[in-house]
Amino acid sequence: MSQAVTKGKPKKYKMGRLERKNTLIAYSFLAPNFIGFAIFTLIPVILSVVMSFTEWKGGALSSMQWVGGANYASIFSSAKVSAKMGELGFFGGLDYFFSKVDLGIALKNTIFYTVVTVPLSLICAVALALVLNKAVKGAVVFRAILFFPYVASMVAICVCWNFMLMKNGPVNQLFMAFGSTFNKSWTADSTMAMWAIVLVSVWRNMGYYMVIYLAALQGVPRELYEAATVDGANKWKQFLHVTLPQLRPTTFFASIMLIIGCFKIYDTVAIMTNGGPGRATKMLVIYIYQEAFSNFHYGVASAIAMVLLLVVLLVTIIQFSLEDKYSNN
Amino acid sequence: MQTRYAGERRSRFPIGKILIYILLIALSIFTLIPFVWMISASLKLDREVFTFPMKWIPETFHWENYSVIWTKVPMLTYFKNTAIIALCVTLIQTLTSSFAAYAFAKLTFKGRDVLFLCYIGTIAVPWQAYMLPQFILMRSIGLYDRLLAIMVLQAFSAFGVFLMRQFYQNIPSDLCEAARIDGLSEYGIWARIMLPLSTAAIATLVIFTFVGTWNDYMGPMIYLTREENKTIQVGLRRFIQENSSDYHLIMAASVVSLIPVSVVFLALQRYFIEGIATSGLKG
Repeated sequence: MSQAVTKGKPKKYKMGRLERKNTLIAYSFLAPNFIGFAIFTLIPVILSVVMSFTEWKGGALSSMQWVGGANYASIFSSAKVSAKMGELGFFGGLDYFFSKVDLGIALKNTIFYTVVTVPLSLICAVALALVLNKAVKGAVVFRAILFFPYVASMVAICVCWNFMLMKNGPVNQLFMAFGSTFNKSWTADSTMAMWAIVLVSVWRNMGYYMVIYLAALQGVPRELYEAATVDGANKWKQFLHVTLPQLRPTTFFASIMLIIGCFKIYDTVAIMTNGGPGRATKMLVIYIYQEAFSNFHYGVASAIAMVLLLVVLLVTIIQFSLEDKYSNN
Repeated sequence: MQTRYAGERRSRFPIGKILIYILLIALSIFTLIPFVWMISASLKLDREVFTFPMKWIPETFHWENYSVIWTKVPMLTYFKNTAIIALCVTLIQTLTSSFAAYAFAKLTFKGRDVLFLCYIGTIAVPWQAYMLPQFILMRSIGLYDRLLAIMVLQAFSAFGVFLMRQFYQNIPSDLCEAARIDGLSEYGIWARIMLPLSTAAIATLVIFTFVGTWNDYMGPMIYLTREENKTIQVGLRRFIQENSSDYHLIMAASVVSLIPVSVVFLALQRYFIEGIATSGLKG
């Protein structure tokens, strides 16, 4: 290392001796983490793009073949979809894509799940934080209880919820006591299976985001409420015009985290429904997993993974630009 | 939690307070019910689990369920594997992250911003998007079906570096400068100034890494296939699939699998929750 440094002739300006020494020291701090990070994260991230243009069935690495856009054509089922579009018009083709093609179904399910889960989790989290912010005694205990589901492992939680949502399980018994006639296993029913996953997700998310909201609530300057009271604003108006605007940065952050988390959902679905019944809860990552580790279509699976990556990046970019727009106003 | 708003002073009647407590207790029950039901079912006979109407307290407590499960699957091996992985990952992650974070936060060197951008950029990339090339890479260097695979997979996350850097940036650089003038080397500054000052951030990172690794399901699911390598999550899943109608035993095994993480959480919950609230996790 030191040899390389003394040999390296600076082209335009000289790097000072001290600066050179500092750079070496800095690299020595970075190296232990960066080497592992580069091999196991950075390189795979770059390779993942390449892999989506290849076909590989899991044999020797040399059997990997460049197939261009074939994997993408296959997951979008482009030939069939464009034929349908020619036959039934643009929306007819789109309808075919989202109701018959695996990728379309996985996208539709994932988006539906996200659109329902994110607002519900946020609303529950804010409500919990507001309530907990008022309680004086025992707040720490309640906070710990409400947070606990986030720490508990998904396998145990999901199998427990599965049982609770079964025929004659406690949840169905509770609803039947209120006059419901539904007494089937939720995860075996094509409509209720998705709601079972939403329920477990919201139940698990709300405590985590409550903690984040609690911290934000403590940061709201008390003078704002005093001023609002002087102006004659009631509790509801104070909430609408003081609390909510003050919480906006937190909501922005929380919703990005939640949306990305929703798109990555795997454990809950894999354990509770495994994508079923039929394809009712097939999500993007379940689809990736099945293509890669059940069908050994690594190239196809990589192409789906790229779709997941694009969606997540798109969401992040949209949200950041929206945030910029709002904070400038 | 002591915050009170000006408006509250007017309400002299504790009715509002009582309502809030009732609401909180109801919400806590909703949160805890699956765990209570889990414990209740784990002490029943399999045919008692789904009775109509259901009983929360079993007629007789069948504690033997908890000894039967150990004979059905090698739970002890699962626990041992998970503990080894979780401890190694936590140790490597915390050490290397805080080391790298010091360089990013307090040293100036060529390429700092580019390298940091690499870290930040990959935080936004979901693991599921690059798990396949990673899998192939691991397999080609002979790490498939080895505990080491899960360790290296988890131990060098960009998240740890990011978290620690955020924390170190809030420590005044004057402190480091003063130490440099006093003749302390950079390694000395890291060990004697930064580390002692960052115990809160380290506690957060340790807990997050430990719990995250302990609960990881998809990683071990993909990489570990031999029985003697399985972790508790994958092992529990196997148990569920093989004894799918022994509801009482499944619940007993689930309760057992939750114990270590619950103990860690109860002991360190303050660091856990305050870590989320105050550190870089807030964005």
